[in-house]
Amino acid sequence: MNDKKTVMRVQDSKERINNFLEVELGYNDEEAKKEAERCLHCPNPRCVKGCPVNIMIPEFIKCIKENDLKKAYEVISKSSTLPSICGRVCPQEKQCESMCVKGFKGDAIAIGSLERYVADYAREHHFEEKVTIKKNGLKVAIVGSGPSGLACAGDLIKNGYDVTIYEVLHKAGGVLTYGIPEFRLPKKIVEEEISKLEKMGVKILCDVPVGKSLTIHDLEKAYDYVFLGTGAGLPKFMNIEGEDANEVFAANEVLTRINLMKAYLDSKTPIKKGNIVYVIGGGNVAMDAARSLRRLGMEVHLMYRRSMEELPARKMEVEHAKEEGIIFNLLENPVKILTDDDNHVTGMEVISMELGDVDEKGRRSVHELEGSLHTVKCDMVVEALGTSPNHLVFTDSDIKLDEKGLVMVNDDLTSEKNVYAGGDVVTGAATVIKAMEAGRSAAQKIMESK
Amino acid sequence: MYKIIYNKKISSNSYEMAVNAPHVIEKFIPGQFVLVMANMDSERIPLTIYDVDKDKGIVYLIYQVIGASTLELMTKTKSLFGITGPLGNPNEICNNIDLFKDKKIVYVAGGVGIAPVYPQVKYLYEHGIKVDVIYGAKTKDLLLIKDKIEKVSNKVYYCTDDGSFGDQGFVTGVLENNHDYDVCVAIGPVIMMKNVCDVTKKYNIKTIVSMNPIMVDGSGMCGACRCKVDGKIKFACIDGPEFDGHKIDFNLALKRMNIYKEEEKKKLLEMQKLLGVK
Repeated sequence: MNDKKTVMRVQDSKERINNFLEVELGYNDEEAKKEAERCLHCPNPRCVKGCPVNIMIPEFIKCIKENDLKKAYEVISKSSTLPSICGRVCPQEKQCESMCVKGFKGDAIAIGSLERYVADYAREHHFEEKVTIKKNGLKVAIVGSGPSGLACAGDLIKNGYDVTIYEVLHKAGGVLTYGIPEFRLPKKIVEEEISKLEKMGVKILCDVPVGKSLTIHDLEKAYDYVFLGTGAGLPKFMNIEGEDANEVFAANEVLTRINLMKAYLDSKTPIKKGNIVYVIGGGNVAMDAARSLRRLGMEVHLMYRRSMEELPARKMEVEHAKEEGIIFNLLENPVKILTDDDNHVTGMEVISMELGDVDEKGRRSVHELEGSLHTVKCDMVVEALGTSPNHLVFTDSDIKLDEKGLVMVNDDLTSEKNVYAGGDVVTGAATVIKAMEAGRSAAQKIMESK
Repeated sequence: MYKIIYNKKISSNSYEMAVNAPHVIEKFIPGQFVLVMANMDSERIPLTIYDVDKDKGIVYLIYQVIGASTLELMTKTKSLFGITGPLGNPNEICNNIDLFKDKKIVYVAGGVGIAPVYPQVKYLYEHGIKVDVIYGAKTKDLLLIKDKIEKVSNKVYYCTDDGSFGDQGFVTGVLENNHDYDVCVAIGPVIMMKNVCDVTKKYNIKTIVSMNPIMVDGSGMCGACRCKVDGKIKFACIDGPEFDGHKIDFNLALKRMNIYKEEEKKKLLEMQKLLGVK
């Protein structure tokens, strides 16, 4: 019995810091089969429970073994709307793979890699999903074209609803388009998944800021149901001195310029290139920003106030970042950004941190180490400290929000009749798959409410 | 794609564009702005709405050609790739007519700042409020839409830096001589708004200014447009673009305008080469 998983081939780190091409190259047929063979097909599969959308994992893996990729894709499609995307960006090590029995004594089955293999194969071979849509005459407006909106749209269109998505940017996809970099999620894949939905009949209206161009009330009047999947897009700042300096950016800005506006291709949208940049934060967004800037030729440091152990980013992203030469400044926190007279960044005043006891949330507490104040030199700072919901969409609406500004829902239903919500706008910043799950759950509730 | 009705030169450095975009104007109240993309691969730039025709679904924009993106916009004749809006909040006076009915109001416009000032003055005129306007520019040729603004205001004071039209000097000089107002709205270059605020502070005149910093998405996502208002971070795109002029940190705003100065120079040269213009 093989206890080691089939490792996915990656682009060499020396090579990839000079390009934005995908880092992970995916399994070939042989590798996929080899990995599939490791699956034990547990009668009571724990992995399925670990998957937020409960993909019948052993079933699709069995299909890979049997060379029936068409069926494998059908099995996955029953539960997931965007498998090419989830196979890449889901934190499987915390979900399905963390539950895998094989993981007790060796490596868990590389479920994410297999999912990606099947989905990519299906895309490349133009597997058409067999859906016969019988229109039911009901109209749904979806606000936001990110993962929750797309997932919701996918389920509703297949079940006969007339679906229109409203998007404020000029391009659909939400965080998949503006946030996650090309080297982790090629935009061609996102575009293909979206065009698949459009072919099924989903209408996408870009350039429309709901809340400004029209309100939620307007949508309620024009549609039978509304789904709000507007995410959590508003960047948080540290509120420290010097933060207004010219070279201090939110990670969202850097990523939007690079991914949505293609600044990495020297497009018409400029991007700042510092010599030494500090990215503050330890999540996936911090990792994405750090690795993107590294590819633009900068010396990139990642500053996080806890230690490597508590780093919330996916382990694999951290590994890739290390290979790419990102310097980790752990147990450190900026207290002040230093500037010259023209408001340019010259460095940061930093304090060292020490880990304490585990707090009520199960996380190690952290406190400043007395007398440890020191300065670091840099000419650019990028803050990746999380995001909160954007309230633009709620202008002139009666949707009830909680004290954190998140939409209050009961079984995905907001305080307004026939208006549902899901994803980051309800939970606060989370993951792509959780947002998809929420979108699908709301679609289910809409169907049940008939 | 949005149909361009016309895109014509109205002064040595400014253009007026009429574009079909019904989604932008249905709910438009003066004070709000749009984000525009000339082509699919263009930068997203904020522009002020200067007029709307709600029946025909047409938005009128006035812009000054100052960099790569406005240069590119200048060459568009058939269609615009993108226009998003209306973004930002309506002007405080236009949005609360009753509160300002009995106030003495002055609008101060500098250069193309007349573009966002005009729809406000017109809106107030249509709602029974006639305001004074102080309008300054470098020289006579750069004073735009004089007839239109005169038609909807009580009195227009002109001034030019070179004295070629109206008083010679700055808008602040005119304001010093005519400061019997309760409320002032100043829109123009940051330095002008700063100087106007210095005057109005002295005479205790409530002052609203409209900030136009660098933006990317215009919907609160990127944080590029942050300003400091009363010591707190505010996003011009969703918290503004108009703020209490006596609380804005203008010096910071002036410095932050230079964030991409070097990059913009390079992009301008590239664009000039691409379009074959100087």
